[in-house]
Amino acid sequence: MKTKIGIPRGLFFYQYYPLWKTFFEELGAEIAVSGHTNRRILDMGVKSCVDEACLPVKVFFGHVLDLADKVDYLFIPRLTSVSRKEYICPKFGGLPDMVRHSLYGLPPIIDTEINLRKSGKNLLNAAMDVGSRLNCDKKAVRRALEKSLRAYREFREQVKKGALPPDIIDKRFPVLKKPSDRILNILVIGHVYNLYDNYINMDMLKKLRNNSVNLITVDMIDGCIIDEKAQTLNKKMFWYFGRKAMGTALHVLDRNDIDGVIYVMSFGCGVDSFISDLVEKKIRRKSDVPFIILTIDEHSGEAGFNTRLEAFLDMVRWRYRHEADVSSHG
Amino acid sequence: MKLTFPHMGNTYITVKALLDDLGADYVIPPFNIREALETGTRFAPEMACLPLKINLGNFIRAYEKGADTVLITGGCGPCRFGYYCEMHREILRDIGYPMDVITLEWPDKGLKEFLDRVRKIAGSLNICKILKAAKNATDVAIKVDELERLCFYLRPREKKAGTVDKIYKHFRAGVLQVKGSRNIRRLIRETFETLQSIEVDENARPLKVGIVGEIYTTIDSQTSFNIQERLGAMGVEVHRYVTVSGWIVEHMIKKALHLPRDIRYAKAAAPYLGAMIGGHAQETIGNTVLYANAGYDGVIQIYPLTCMPEIVAESILPAIERDLGMPVLTLIIDEMTGEAGYMTRLEAFIDLLQKRREAREFERKGALPWNRCRFGEH
Repeated sequence: MKTKIGIPRGLFFYQYYPLWKTFFEELGAEIAVSGHTNRRILDMGVKSCVDEACLPVKVFFGHVLDLADKVDYLFIPRLTSVSRKEYICPKFGGLPDMVRHSLYGLPPIIDTEINLRKSGKNLLNAAMDVGSRLNCDKKAVRRALEKSLRAYREFREQVKKGALPPDIIDKRFPVLKKPSDRILNILVIGHVYNLYDNYINMDMLKKLRNNSVNLITVDMIDGCIIDEKAQTLNKKMFWYFGRKAMGTALHVLDRNDIDGVIYVMSFGCGVDSFISDLVEKKIRRKSDVPFIILTIDEHSGEAGFNTRLEAFLDMVRWRYRHEADVSSHG
Repeated sequence: MKLTFPHMGNTYITVKALLDDLGADYVIPPFNIREALETGTRFAPEMACLPLKINLGNFIRAYEKGADTVLITGGCGPCRFGYYCEMHREILRDIGYPMDVITLEWPDKGLKEFLDRVRKIAGSLNICKILKAAKNATDVAIKVDELERLCFYLRPREKKAGTVDKIYKHFRAGVLQVKGSRNIRRLIRETFETLQSIEVDENARPLKVGIVGEIYTTIDSQTSFNIQERLGAMGVEVHRYVTVSGWIVEHMIKKALHLPRDIRYAKAAAPYLGAMIGGHAQETIGNTVLYANAGYDGVIQIYPLTCMPEIVAESILPAIERDLGMPVLTLIIDEMTGEAGYMTRLEAFIDLLQKRREAREFERKGALPWNRCRFGEH
């Protein structure tokens, strides 16, 4: 019988799932993914996790519980760093320990450390470590890693072209309303786990797309542009997401086709508490692009969220509708 | 150029010694933490952690007293503290307090930039003078921490309540009156002598509680409502591994010179937290294990709301509580924390520890009332 490996649909799932899936399937394992986030998963997570943790971590706990009795292994890597000289967030580094010591009766956890801070070569070591836990030979692991990296690059290319990760992963073809109004280019900045989990963000992306909005997310901006822009910062950003968000924000200042910026953050996010403020400062100082921060947590009411979103879009549209109304004497 | 720096417990003594010896001009921000927090909260991002807000309040008050340059240390993540310098610079600029920020860390641009910063602070690049001042300041930090440790020991044992606090307060105020590491060290020596001469109850067996958590809120007693003094007054002996001098010696000097560091805590933490994840999470976990092994009665974890590494630690602590039978109380602090609720929890925790100890002692003597009933004459 094939080994069944559980991958919780949380945190970096929407960033790395194609890579993980190919890798494990190449090694002859079977993959089980937890269901889409729903009330039950969220509630299970909230109940089992410390109160102070942020929403995405609580949701992740829910997904782990959803999988717990269905799989042979849980795949919860210790993601210390996925890029040179950068970290993700302390909670990612301590995630397997948090899960192991808060939840009981779990299947064995594959908690391989992935730390590319000093060198990208560590990726192979991490892959070998996972392989050895599944009793696979080194050659097969190497081949699986190469193949999975190819799958991952392909996935990133698709995202860059404008497809959303959940659509690619779930093989959905979104049916959208025909644009009824002028199409707005809205940049949405946010962590992958907030942006692409439709339950957490209360279907925000769908709502935007159905309101004649052309979505641009951080993942759709070219990596080189982001890096180039991020290098102009006074001090090097040491968070993976921070660099991307700051680079994107600075890139917006160069473009004049962006009609608005939405920053989605989860309550209590340490990285976002600084980055959202810095991004806002950068954008407000140098341009008049409308900017809004939407905060989500497990208590967010959908009505309030919708109101803010709609008000923002209305405001952006009024700018075009009343362009001619600007007083001629300033 | 007039320097200023953020408060963190007794760090002002160390920095004062350093800047006095270097002959720099500086302003020490007012000591009122509550007021600084209120000012800082107004301008800082809502979800930023507590130390950032207090620091900001410190700088604004110092600016009003004539300071124009901020001196702080940095880091390279993943804890937020590493980006404090940039946040301070940006916020101060936006709210109309254009202060220069000098970060004491290894800059991205390398040696030249680092030397430029040092020259700015020291006025020249007299290596001999700078190294001597740094050495003396480190020595002051170590001595101050020893003094604090002695206070921790004496408070629950003093015969006349409040004696230690009075001497300690007098010392903290006295430091401001003297200049240079030499005089500060003399003052520390004198205080040591005064403390050693007070009357103590040698037979006292106080409860022993270890303090773990985020460095700012544990070191700066004022932010946590003087928890260390209060515990002392309640007859509890406090211990804390994380200190300013420890941070300077272990984190800055030994790391820069690639010397072997004291990693007892990391070894102790290994079964629970397998990696360094930033901040003091590994210390929190490791030290809790060390306290449990050393027979302490309880551990108190303190951290500011939304502190990322400590949240990880908090979710692991229950496992240590269960495995090693170590009661842990977690206290989280932000600008909304009320003192009364906080004290109630603290008192309840200490009561619990007291009862626990009594029950254990009975057990050891085999004299629990219900034991006698069950296995006695009947």
